[in-house]
Amino acid sequence: MPIGHLVAGGIGSIRTSGDLIGRMQLQKKMRLPEAKDYVAKKLGVSSIELCDEFTMRKLREKLDIGVITGLPGAAKGLEAKVRIAELLGIKINCVERLEKLSKV
Amino acid sequence: MPEHLTRRGDGRLITMTGKQIKDDLELGSKDAAERAKIPELTGEDLETLYEIIIDANKVVAVKHGCEVVLSADAGGSTFWIDSGTSGLGMPIERSIAQGALSERVLGLDILQFPESDGSFKPAKVIVSYLANVIHNTLHTSISPLEFMAMPNLGYFYKPDGQWPEPISLIREGKNDEARKSMEGAARECHDAIIYVAKHLRRVGVDGINIDTVGAAGDPDFYAALTATESLKKVYPDLAVQMGMATEAVHGFHTELKYAGERLAGMWPHQQLKVAEKAGVDIFGPVINTKPHLTFPWNLSRAVTFTKACVREATIPVHPNMGMGVGGVPMLETPPLDTVTRANKAMIEIAGVDGI
Repeated sequence: MPIGHLVAGGIGSIRTSGDLIGRMQLQKKMRLPEAKDYVAKKLGVSSIELCDEFTMRKLREKLDIGVITGLPGAAKGLEAKVRIAELLGIKINCVERLEKLSKV
Repeated sequence: MPEHLTRRGDGRLITMTGKQIKDDLELGSKDAAERAKIPELTGEDLETLYEIIIDANKVVAVKHGCEVVLSADAGGSTFWIDSGTSGLGMPIERSIAQGALSERVLGLDILQFPESDGSFKPAKVIVSYLANVIHNTLHTSISPLEFMAMPNLGYFYKPDGQWPEPISLIREGKNDEARKSMEGAARECHDAIIYVAKHLRRVGVDGINIDTVGAAGDPDFYAALTATESLKKVYPDLAVQMGMATEAVHGFHTELKYAGERLAGMWPHQQLKVAEKAGVDIFGPVINTKPHLTFPWNLSRAVTFTKACVREATIPVHPNMGMGVGGVPMLETPPLDTVTRANKAMIEIAGVDGI
């Protein structure tokens, strides 16, 4: 069933920019237009391009914020989130924890 | 008059004429409006909804640029849970199901990590296990991740819990004792939510999704609201999503209030306002599907309730749209034609922020 929603009206998570927009909703209570606008400005793309695989696949690789395919050497998981926190100008709890633990 | 293929609220295929569909769309919207004292769908809304319903294509989709965030209820647990919750029962490691598969295969923008039983009380017992698996998931996934469970106040009453079962007390005319029991259970539930959240916050979880709220009536809703308020005071960086259980909060206690508002009998747009006051970050209204009525009737009704909720919201609204809610038929395997139509209608007519 989630796939039905994805096909009909989903942004596409890390396939495009859904994780970034979702994060602004969850962490900053942003309504959808505001969250899309915020992320689009940070990425330098239009709101249509936010959900476009052609644009976002290349851009995510260039920014090294995690891509959906198994690209060798690309940032994965927590590595990608460190870069996303900086890109979006927000704090991410597990990144904060990593930074705290890495200050030996 | 040509007939259109559509479905009943239980998922069964039926045919309806255009007039029958239009009549049901009007009746469904009217039902919601009368119950919750909210506006009916406009003529333009009904026309758009009609076009969505009669679209000859099996699968429909939103227009470019209208896509929304998916925080789909329980997410990747679809892979491993049992059929009682429409799961596939596959042998799969949980951090992979809730993390990588959810964001890479299901396309979920906000990941959900549910407790196996689905409730906060049993989650307390296995919180160390949950913390470990969530910790691993946070290392390997990119999208925000929430822990998800229900208040499920029923677990706090005898025989599972310590509090006297209140419905039996009410039957015996012992209303005061029943209310005291419900208030005690709500306090204990509040504490369970805080306990679990505290442990999962330590490993860096992004948020807590308190789901199926109100399933045990107004004290269940009260426990979720007060827990949210407490969490926001202690951990302002911990997001809270709240998903409801029903369209109306059932009055078991009947006198409980939050922020001065009586909880019993609240409709989605009213539930949203107290959720906002408690500090909820994303609100998920639930509109129940009536299986014996048609899909057009149910969808029109669900869109009417949800549109009123979205109109009053200052926070994102993600209606629940699994089997049996949000206009989707009550069927373990909801037909794709109905899921995609309900999705498009909620986005393009109700204006939801996510699903």
